[in-house]
Amino acid sequence: MKINNAFLQWAIDGADPKTGQKEWEDRMVALRRENVQKPVVFIGTGTCGLGAGAAFTLEKIRQYLEKNAIDADIVEVGCIGLCVEEPLVDVQLPGRCRLMGKTITQDKVDEFLKAVFAGETPKGLTLAQFKTDGLEPWDGVKFQDEHPFFGPQTRWVLRNCGVINPASLEEYLARDGYRGLKKVLSTMSGEAVCKEIEQSGLRGRGGGGFPTGMKWKFAFAQKDPQKYLVCNADEGDPGAFMDRAVIEGDPHRLLEGMAIAAYAIGADKGYIYIRAEYPLAIERLKHAIAEAEANNLLGEKILGTDFSLKMIIKMGAGAFVCGEETALIHSMEGERGEPTVKPPFPAESGYLGKPTNVNNVETYANVPVIFLKGPEWFSSIGTEKSKGTKVFALAGKINNVGLIEVPMGITLREIIYEIGGGIKGGKKFKAMQTGGPSGGCLVEKHLDTPIDYENLSAAGSMMGSGGMIVLDEDDCMVSVAKYYLEFTVEESCGKCVPCRVGNKRLHETLEKICEGKGTEEDLPYLKNLSNVIKDTSLCGLGQTSPNPVLSTMEYFWDEYVAHVTTRTCPSGKCKALMTYTIDPAKCTGCTLCARNCPVDAIAGEKREPHVIDQTKCIRCGACYDKCKFSAINVQ
Amino acid sequence: MSTTTTSITAGVKEILSAHPEAKRDSLIPILQEIQEKQGFLSREAVVEVGKALNLPVSKIYGVATFYNQFRFAPQGKYHIQVCRGTACHVKGSAAVLDSLKRELKIDSGETTRDGLFSLEVVACIGACGLAPVINIDGNFHANLTSQKIPGIVNQYRKQG
Ligand SMILES: Cc1cc2nc3c(=O)[nH]c(=O)nc-3n(C[C@H](O)[C@H](O)[C@H](O)COP(=O)(O)O)c2cc1C
Ligand code: SF4
Ligand code: SF4
Ligand code: FES
Repeated sequence: MKINNAFLQWAIDGADPKTGQKEWEDRMVALRRENVQKPVVFIGTGTCGLGAGAAFTLEKIRQYLEKNAIDADIVEVGCIGLCVEEPLVDVQLPGRCRLMGKTITQDKVDEFLKAVFAGETPKGLTLAQFKTDGLEPWDGVKFQDEHPFFGPQTRWVLRNCGVINPASLEEYLARDGYRGLKKVLSTMSGEAVCKEIEQSGLRGRGGGGFPTGMKWKFAFAQKDPQKYLVCNADEGDPGAFMDRAVIEGDPHRLLEGMAIAAYAIGADKGYIYIRAEYPLAIERLKHAIAEAEANNLLGEKILGTDFSLKMIIKMGAGAFVCGEETALIHSMEGERGEPTVKPPFPAESGYLGKPTNVNNVETYANVPVIFLKGPEWFSSIGTEKSKGTKVFALAGKINNVGLIEVPMGITLREIIYEIGGGIKGGKKFKAMQTGGPSGGCLVEKHLDTPIDYENLSAAGSMMGSGGMIVLDEDDCMVSVAKYYLEFTVEESCGKCVPCRVGNKRLHETLEKICEGKGTEEDLPYLKNLSNVIKDTSLCGLGQTSPNPVLSTMEYFWDEYVAHVTTRTCPSGKCKALMTYTIDPAKCTGCTLCARNCPVDAIAGEKREPHVIDQTKCIRCGACYDKCKFSAINVQ
Repeated sequence: MSTTTTSITAGVKEILSAHPEAKRDSLIPILQEIQEKQGFLSREAVVEVGKALNLPVSKIYGVATFYNQFRFAPQGKYHIQVCRGTACHVKGSAAVLDSLKRELKIDSGETTRDGLFSLEVVACIGACGLAPVINIDGNFHANLTSQKIPGIVNQYRKQG
């Protein structure tokens, strides 16, 4: 855990080959894996990897290496982003480029490793390879920057995720880690740090997009000698996992960013408020904090200066509203996580009544590179008012489900059709929901709009924390709105009436419409009520919760109308509006449907046409999916 | 689970002794530790915490019931978490949940009478690439359909 101090100092001063010893140089090459002495097998054991069976794969890899007496290192890494191809296993052999394998489930380990250790490309099991000068590439494998998923990305925040061992401070150091902090502590005042952040144009990645430099300045200007720094790692959007991946894959980047921020505003305690549902991320954080403290990069008198910072982990207890900063602070204080009116802003009166700066994980993770490369460099990417990159969690009806980082200003089309590999099953794109339960949807006409904070708001959606859910022609937009409202009703803290009661009424009305009991009057009612809730709710949850309704109504008005007039669901999703019947002319009486019906609603003799008992049928669609003769009709 | 009242209280006391000067802001961490060790928050445990922190029991329930994480009844032998995150939703998690409820004859947040299964709805568990997913005691079951549910449940039933 304790790293040779002279080596550490040399590394954070920029690892200049002229001042380093030979031994340090070699160590650097090894840590950066510019080449390796013996084979290294990397396996992604982030939550998504484990979900796909990475633990079994790992066990198989161990067995294989042992059985074949191969001397190799095994390194567990975080998520590189292509979740749908998990388990991801990379191998780097001495003198050769790092080869990325895909979907290496336990049964494929032998085949994959056998080919790799024989120096041959394992057919059908590779994703890409890293490009490293001087190393021999693999035949027939694309380089990462030519790969459709990785090529168009700009990975700053995720640069190390899935590449380095998150449990090794040394590996982070070898990739310019803590150089930003060193520079700040040795050459800059707190005020100057705030100013550079302001110049960089960095804006909050937690949803609102508030300019980070301004926020820090505000906290800096407070006179109270006791200030706190808080990292919001609550990640409550039910379709987002960016923050988790950053913490699991590169925890020191967050810690370094927080240390710089704490120095800038003058805080000596840093709290990370993280969801208890992220056990692996919490474990990795704990380890990283301990390692940074052991090497004087956190804790007392950091790097020999007068600046001290104690890092403390606070586990959230599962409440979406606790992502709102005032609610988060109340939760940290041991209260119910209910928001309070701003002002006062946390910067004036936050945790325990003291000035407190709250930022999102990704916001802090952007900070180190700004001091490494300068604010101009950072602001060279992006649109006029949105600088840098944004990490998105891409999911839903898309081929490449995963985590991506793209420059601000990229278009939806590039994200969906290049990086995302298009819509699943060749279906037609219908909408992309961004901003989770607070956001709205983007549709076909937005495909070529550059994505930034302004354009998303103008389209009636929002950047949010970065969840992107792709919907195809089979999705019913009324029921998508209903899904989000179900979530907000559940998560509303109940403190103010418009949100507590209003959202419930919204949800009931949507439910009624989806059950085919809606009327035309319901539509203007939904609209009015939505606007009232937006205008009168106390906190951001209520102020944004009707967005999914308003935005789907704006772009898919016809669908709402169909539900309430002809009582049909154009995408065939709303169960209550469907009837399943069997076409006696096509039914061969094979009994397959009857055997698959979960509620025994289908009756009929063998080789005789079957019938569905409508009073029993729960409209699950199983018979429709199973019938080999297209004899089941849906209406 | 046959944890007796005295052993619950003793366990809580032990946890509290690790927080000697606990103040209000330690309440949630203490409750989390108790749940982690004892599986749920029993009345006895809550009373004990109230005494130690000098807080009314009603206040503690006020906080504990606010958060989704806290449970007030023991879990089943197999704890099933159903992801209802957005990615799982658009791939049909509602049908999966319905099927589980039908199969187990309980609602989410409940435990079956034989104490074998408990059911919980959670938001994104980070395996969206495998949607829809459920997690049974740390094991993921991926790409589910409602038809696959009875088989999975029976597999656990057989293990008893
Ligand atoms: C209902 C609600 C939920 C929120 N959830 C989160 C969250 O999960 N993570 C987050 O960083 N910010 C969340 N926010 C935004 C925070 O209130 C706050 O603006 C943010 O943490 C500030 O950090 P930033 O400036 O770095 O974005 C949420 C806001 C609201 C109203
Ligand atoms: S808007 Fe909703 S979540 Fe926010 S304070 Fe009001 S009731 Fe609570
Ligand atoms: S839709 Fe489902 S419940 Fe209805 S008949 Fe078909 S299989 Fe049975
Ligand atoms: S939405 Fe289910 S795992 Fe993400």
